[in-house]
Amino acid sequence: MLANLRAHYNLDQPLINQYFIYLWRLLHGDLGPSMVIDGFNVSQLIRIGFPFTLTVALTAFVIATSIGIVAGMIVAVNQNKWPDYVLVLVVMLGVVVPNFLMAAILQLWFGVYLGWLPAGGWVNGSVLHLVLPVTVLARPHAARISRLMRGSMIEVLGTNYVRTAKSKGLGQRLVLARHAIKPALLPVVSYLGPGLSYLLTGSLAVEQIFGLPGIGKYFVTAALNRDYGIVLGTTILYMFIIPALNLLVDLLYARLDPKVRYR
Amino acid sequence: MHAVREMNFALSEGETTAVVGESGSGKSRAFLAIMGLLAKNGRTGGRAMMGDVNLIGLAPKQLDIYRGKDIAMIFRDPMTSLNPTLRVKTQLAEVLVKHRGFEKGKAVKSAVEMLERVGIPEPAKRANAYPHELSGGMRQRVMIAMALLCQPKILIADEPTTALDVTVQAQMLDLFKTLTDDFGTSLVLITHDLGVVAGIADRMMVMYGGRAVEKGVTDDLFYDPRHPYTLGLLHSTPHIAKRAERLDPIRGLPPSLEHLPKGCSFNPRCAFAFDRCLNERPPLTDTGNGREKACFYEGPMTYGKVA
Amino acid sequence: MMDQNPINLLEIKNLKKTFAISSGLFSWPLTLTALENINFTIRRGETLGIVGESGCGKSTLGRCILQLLSPDEGQVLWLGQDLTKLPAEEMRKRRQDLQIIFQDPLASLNPRMTVGEIIADPLRTLRPELKKDERRARVLKTMEAVGLLPEMINRYPHEFSGGQAQRIGIARALITEPKLIVCDEPVSALDVSIRAQILNLLSELKDEFGLTLIFISHNLSVVRHVSDRIPVLYLGRIVELATGDEIYEDPKHPYTRALLTAVPIPDPKLARQRNIDALKGEIPSPINPPSGCTFRTRCRFAKPFCAEQRPPLETIDGGRLVACHRWREIEVPEEAVLGV
Repeated sequence: MLANLRAHYNLDQPLINQYFIYLWRLLHGDLGPSMVIDGFNVSQLIRIGFPFTLTVALTAFVIATSIGIVAGMIVAVNQNKWPDYVLVLVVMLGVVVPNFLMAAILQLWFGVYLGWLPAGGWVNGSVLHLVLPVTVLARPHAARISRLMRGSMIEVLGTNYVRTAKSKGLGQRLVLARHAIKPALLPVVSYLGPGLSYLLTGSLAVEQIFGLPGIGKYFVTAALNRDYGIVLGTTILYMFIIPALNLLVDLLYARLDPKVRYR
Repeated sequence: MHAVREMNFALSEGETTAVVGESGSGKSRAFLAIMGLLAKNGRTGGRAMMGDVNLIGLAPKQLDIYRGKDIAMIFRDPMTSLNPTLRVKTQLAEVLVKHRGFEKGKAVKSAVEMLERVGIPEPAKRANAYPHELSGGMRQRVMIAMALLCQPKILIADEPTTALDVTVQAQMLDLFKTLTDDFGTSLVLITHDLGVVAGIADRMMVMYGGRAVEKGVTDDLFYDPRHPYTLGLLHSTPHIAKRAERLDPIRGLPPSLEHLPKGCSFNPRCAFAFDRCLNERPPLTDTGNGREKACFYEGPMTYGKVA
Repeated sequence: MMDQNPINLLEIKNLKKTFAISSGLFSWPLTLTALENINFTIRRGETLGIVGESGCGKSTLGRCILQLLSPDEGQVLWLGQDLTKLPAEEMRKRRQDLQIIFQDPLASLNPRMTVGEIIADPLRTLRPELKKDERRARVLKTMEAVGLLPEMINRYPHEFSGGQAQRIGIARALITEPKLIVCDEPVSALDVSIRAQILNLLSELKDEFGLTLIFISHNLSVVRHVSDRIPVLYLGRIVELATGDEIYEDPKHPYTRALLTAVPIPDPKLARQRNIDALKGEIPSPINPPSGCTFRTRCRFAKPFCAEQRPPLETIDGGRLVACHRWREIEVPEEAVLGV
C-alpha cells in the first residue's frame, strides 16, 4: 500500500525525476494531485475555488479603489479642515487593525449582536454573505489608496499647470476634473498592481475566517495538513497572476501618462 | 508677512509696462494676487480696477468670468506650466469653450489658428502633441497663444523669457511686440532683466522690499534714475557693448520680507541714506513729468558713490 | 615635479563625448554626440568663456575637462599630462588643482553639513595630512577671501541666500588652492545686484590667487565681462574661437553674430535702433544633426553646398578660429555687429 501511494505521487522516482515530472505536468496545466483530499487534483481544486476568490478580491478591489480615490480627493480639496482629520483617523484604523481582528469584530457586531448580516458561511448567489468579508478585505486597501490619493492630489493642486488652469478662469470643477485628477491618479495607479495582489492573497485568510468556498479554504487547510501539492500549486498560480496584473496596471499607467506611451 | 504693500499703478491700452525687481521684491506676488492665484493663506486688500470691475476681493466664481478672457497670465517656467497629461489643443480649446461658448470643433480650429499666429510651425500637428514633445520655446509660444485666445485687455507675463535661450528670448520679445500691437493688449512684463525692459517697455516700475520705489517712462528711468536702487540696478547690469573692468554692484543683500529695515527698506544698502531714511519711510511721491519715486534724497547721485 | 611654468596650462585635443539614449523598449539606443572635435588650449592666468545655447555641450565640456565625465576620444592635457589616462588615485590627487563651481548654489551644498564642514570637505580627502586646527585656519582664511564672516562657520546652508551660498561654493573650490576653476553658470541663478558682486569677487580672487578660469555661461553679457578668449559652441562643436574683443566687436561666424544681436542691451535708445536679426527656429536635435554645417538650417547665409561638407575650423587673421564655408563673403558693416 505504501508502495502504491509512493507510485501514485511518484515518490519512488529519484528526486531529480520527480522535479522534472512536476515541471512537465505544470507545462500542461496539471498541478498534480492533492495529497490530502482524495480523488481531487490541485488543478481541479483551483478551478473550483479560484473564480470565487477572484470575485471576492475584485469586488473588494473595485469598491476600495473607488472609495479611496473619492475620499482622498475630497480630503485634498479640504486640506486641514475636518474631513481631513476624519480621514486620518479612519486610515489609521484601517492600516493598524489587522484583518482577522476586524473580521471578528464585524462578525460579532453585525452578525451576532445586530443580526443584520450573516456572520459567515455561504449560500449560493447570496450577496449578503459577501458584505462582511468584502468590507474586511477592502478596508486597508481603501485606506492606503485614499492616503496616496490625498498626497498626490495635494501635490498636483500646487503645481504650475493647475495654477495655469485657474488663471484661465475654468472654474473649480473643470480645473479639478480635467487638470488635476488624471495626473493625481498616476501614483495611485502604480500602487494598484501590488494592491490587487495584496487583496488576492489577503482573500485567502478572509475566506477561511468567513467560511467561504474560495481557494483560501483549501489553501489554509492544506497548509495546516501539510498538503504540499495544494500549497505549491496555489503559490505557482499566484506567481503567474501577480506579474500579469502588474503588467496590466503598467499598461493602464501608459494610457494615463503620455510620457511613457510607446511611439 | 506682507509680501507687497501699497502698490499703485495704472495701465493704458496697448502699452507695455515693465515691473522690475529682484527675487523677494514682491513683483510676482502682486500680480498673482490680482489674478486670485495666491496660495490659500494669502490675503489681498485694495483695488485692482479693470474698467469698472474691481478684481480684488471677487469670489472665485466671479473672477472666473474675467480670468483668461479679459486678463490673462503667462508664467516663467513653460516646462511646468502646461498640463503634461493633456494635448495642447485641449488646453487651448477649453478657454474658448468656457469664455466664448464655442463648441469643441470650432474651438480647436481657432486654437490652431492662434498657434500659427504665434509662430508655431505645423500648428495642426503641434496641436495634437503633448507638452513634453515640444521644446521650451515652443511651449512658451503655446502659453502665449493660450493667453491671447480671447484677446485679453491685459496680459501679465511673469519672467516669460527667463528660462529660454537668448535667441529664443529675442524671438519671444519680438512676438510680444507684434501681438500687443495687433490686439491692443496692455502688457505687464515682470522681469529682473533690464536688457529686456529696455527693448520692450514703454513705462516701468521698480520694486524693492514689496513696494514700488520708482515709476516712470522707461527712458527717463534709464538715463536719469532718481532712486538709488534704480541707479544701482543699472550699474549692476553688464552691458554687452561695453566692457567695464568692474561692475558696481549694490552692496549687501536684499532684505527678507519678514524683517524689513525700519524707515526706508533700502537704507542699509544705500550710499545716500541719511538719518531721516533710518526712521521714516519715504512715500511714493509725484516728481513731475509723470514720474514718481519713494526717496528722501534730493541731491545729485554720482556713479562712483554707489560702488 | 612637472614642467615648471609653461604657458599652456591645459590643452584639449580632439575631444569627443557621446551619450547613449534609449528611445524605447524595442529599439536600439540612439547616440547623442554631445561634443566632437574639440581642440583648444587654456593659458595660465586667462579666463576662457565658453558660450552657447542650452544643449550645445558647454557643461559637458566642463565636466570632461575635470574628468567628472570621461570623454570617448581625445586628450585632456594638464601641463602635458593626459588626464584621461590617469589612474583614479593619481587623478584624485590632481583634483587639488582643478575645481568646479556649480550653477545652483543651494542645491550643490549638502544641507546636513555646516558651512565649515562643507568648505573643509575637499581638504579632508585631498590633504588628509592636515591637522584639525590647520584645516580650520585654512577654512577661516578662505571664508574671509570670499567675503563670508567667520561666525557663519557653524551655520547650515539653508540659512543662506543664493548669493551667500555661491560664496560658500566658491570657498569650497578655492580651499585646495587650485590652479584652474571651472565655473559652470555660476551666476545664472542669482539676482542682478548679487550677480555683479559674485562676478567682481571671481575677478578679485583670480588676481589674488593667480587662478585660471573656465567660465561657462549662456549669458553673453556676463561672458564678455569676464573673458579673455571665447570659444562659441553649437551642437557640440566649436564654431568660432577668438579673443573677447574679436568675438564681440568683429564676429565672423553667422551664429556668433546672431547670438550677439539677440542679447538684450540695457539701453532703451540703442535697443530701439537695433535691427535684430533674430535667429529663426530652434537648435536641431543633437541625436540627428543636420548634414554638412550643422548651423545651416538656421543660417541666413546658407547655400546648398553648406549641406554637403562640414566646414573645418580654420585659422584666420592672427590665430582666431572660425568654422564657416562663407565667412569671407559675409563681411558686414561694423555697426551691424550688435545690431546697433
